[in-house]
Amino acid sequence: MSESDPIIKVENMTARYGDRLVLDSLTFNVERGEIFVILGGSGCGKSTLLKHMIGLYPPASGDIKIGGSSVVNSHGAERDEVIRRFGVMYQSGALFGSMNLLENVCLPLEEFTDLKEDARELIARMKLSLVGLADYTHHMPAEISGGMMKRAAIARAMALEPQILFLDEPSAGLDPITADELDELIIDLSRTLNITFVIVTHELPSIYKIADRVIMLDAKTKKIIADGKPAELRDTSDNPWVRNFFNRKGQAAGTDE
Amino acid sequence: MKRGDSEQPADVSIAQTAGQVDVVLCGRLDLASAPGVWKKTNAVFKSAAPRSIKIDAEGLSYCDGAGISILLNLKRVAARLNIHFELAGLARDYEKLLALYPLEKLADAEPALPKSSRVFVEEVGKATSNFFGMLRDQIAFIGELSFVLFKTLLHPKTLRIKDLLITADASGVRALPIIGIMGVLVGLIMAFQGAVLMAQFGAEIYIADFVGKSVTRELGPLITAILVAGRTGSAFAAELGTMKVNEEIDAFTTMGLDPVRFLVVPRVIAATLMTPLLTIYANLAGIAGGAIVMTGIGYPLVTYVNRLTSVVTSMDVIGGLAKSLAFGLIVAASGCLCGLRTGQGASAVGNSATRAVVSSILLIILADGLFAVLFYFLGI
Repeated sequence: MSESDPIIKVENMTARYGDRLVLDSLTFNVERGEIFVILGGSGCGKSTLLKHMIGLYPPASGDIKIGGSSVVNSHGAERDEVIRRFGVMYQSGALFGSMNLLENVCLPLEEFTDLKEDARELIARMKLSLVGLADYTHHMPAEISGGMMKRAAIARAMALEPQILFLDEPSAGLDPITADELDELIIDLSRTLNITFVIVTHELPSIYKIADRVIMLDAKTKKIIADGKPAELRDTSDNPWVRNFFNRKGQAAGTDE
Repeated sequence: MKRGDSEQPADVSIAQTAGQVDVVLCGRLDLASAPGVWKKTNAVFKSAAPRSIKIDAEGLSYCDGAGISILLNLKRVAARLNIHFELAGLARDYEKLLALYPLEKLADAEPALPKSSRVFVEEVGKATSNFFGMLRDQIAFIGELSFVLFKTLLHPKTLRIKDLLITADASGVRALPIIGIMGVLVGLIMAFQGAVLMAQFGAEIYIADFVGKSVTRELGPLITAILVAGRTGSAFAAELGTMKVNEEIDAFTTMGLDPVRFLVVPRVIAATLMTPLLTIYANLAGIAGGAIVMTGIGYPLVTYVNRLTSVVTSMDVIGGLAKSLAFGLIVAASGCLCGLRTGQGASAVGNSATRAVVSSILLIILADGLFAVLFYFLGI
């Protein structure tokens, strides 16, 4: 595949939990280097979409391709290769509680590279200092704040130099200053390392600041109801609910209940 | 009526005349006074079938959500029974409050099926399907675990020794005090009960046979396994369950790391190796318990030990240890399986820990039965 091809392709993907339809036949692409934001009201399936994109849940139908290879239908070495293309930051950080931050970041390097211990440690320290945690390498996850946990999780997700980072609600539960620092970090990483970001969030200030493109999911129709730049959607969307979402207005048509 | 004193609890007066009911509310209608008013107003519909109902709310000095619920209830019942409903004199603020709750939104969207309509057959079917689902899960897990364990034996370097040692310490070394106490007590109780019985025949020396055989063959392995299930099995389930809830297991998966290899294998190996060692300790403690009783009733220690060594064979001890190896594997595997199958939320972790302990104790007893049959045929 060439550099200009989309890095992620979601093709007619349908997601279900048992009998309940969560996402109905979604199709979209994510371009290389983009900061791509998945939006929607509570319970519309944003995190579900993310978990399908990273291959945790198999879709009911359809396919997801990352760098040209299917996440859904690959096995063995091929799947390992697909997984190696991305890193994930979970909503809670999901740092391994029995290891300190340095060990957390070292773990993927230890498992997937032949680097010696001193090299692994240096790389892990680099990643941690990139997210501003150089002084906390020997802290356990339980000893640091929520914002730090999220940043450490980004450092761990970046350990194997992935092309894509998936972030699940990176700024949820953070104070505005910490959230803003995290946004700066995302923009820096995107510009300097040309990492593609796929972010689930509904923090409006953050969306305006970082998003190159957003898609918006609708809980009623289970489909994408908007796709574009946030400022354009706010001003020109045909859908009143989309406009209201960007303008933070309630009482809209088509709420997510 | 004028607006009443705002401190006065709500009062209601009801007047009925030929199909017409007048309800007059006054005072402070809040959560504290609501139950009484609710009861009185509801009684209106029980006594007679009125054609119309009129509420005079002018006297209300205060009305909170609980108060509004009384008005809504009257409105709802009136609508259901086709009774004309009229509300007058409600202050504007409270009218706004009332308007927040349109009646049609308060109805159940999909009325839940009443319990009685859930047929017995359906319940049995569901339970059976759940049971087989669980069984399939367990078989798949045992297959996966055996495969990964086998691979680990072929490539011992992939084993995470540090995790294994931490688990061995937690499930083995730290269990020594409780296993010791339990072992001594069980040996002591057995010997004491035996002594009472055997003294009638002057056969106290056989207490050594009784304690020695039963502790090494049966009680030592069993008590150790049950304690390991309670301490270690539940801990495994809770640890892995919490990791599942915190998305740590997902993080392993999306990093391309197999949670079974990473989390389950070190735990299973550690617990499986520790259980026989703990059993040896429990055996010794049990025998020591027997010795306390024997010396207490006047036999020298050397007589007891001599008797023991002549009766208890190495096959008794080895058979018991072989069993405990299997028990350790069962406890560790079902603890880890329950942990990995945890649902969402804090209560799910508790459920997993409970399930781990219950299922491992059940499986231990089943396995013990199988061993009894096997040893019988092998002549052990």
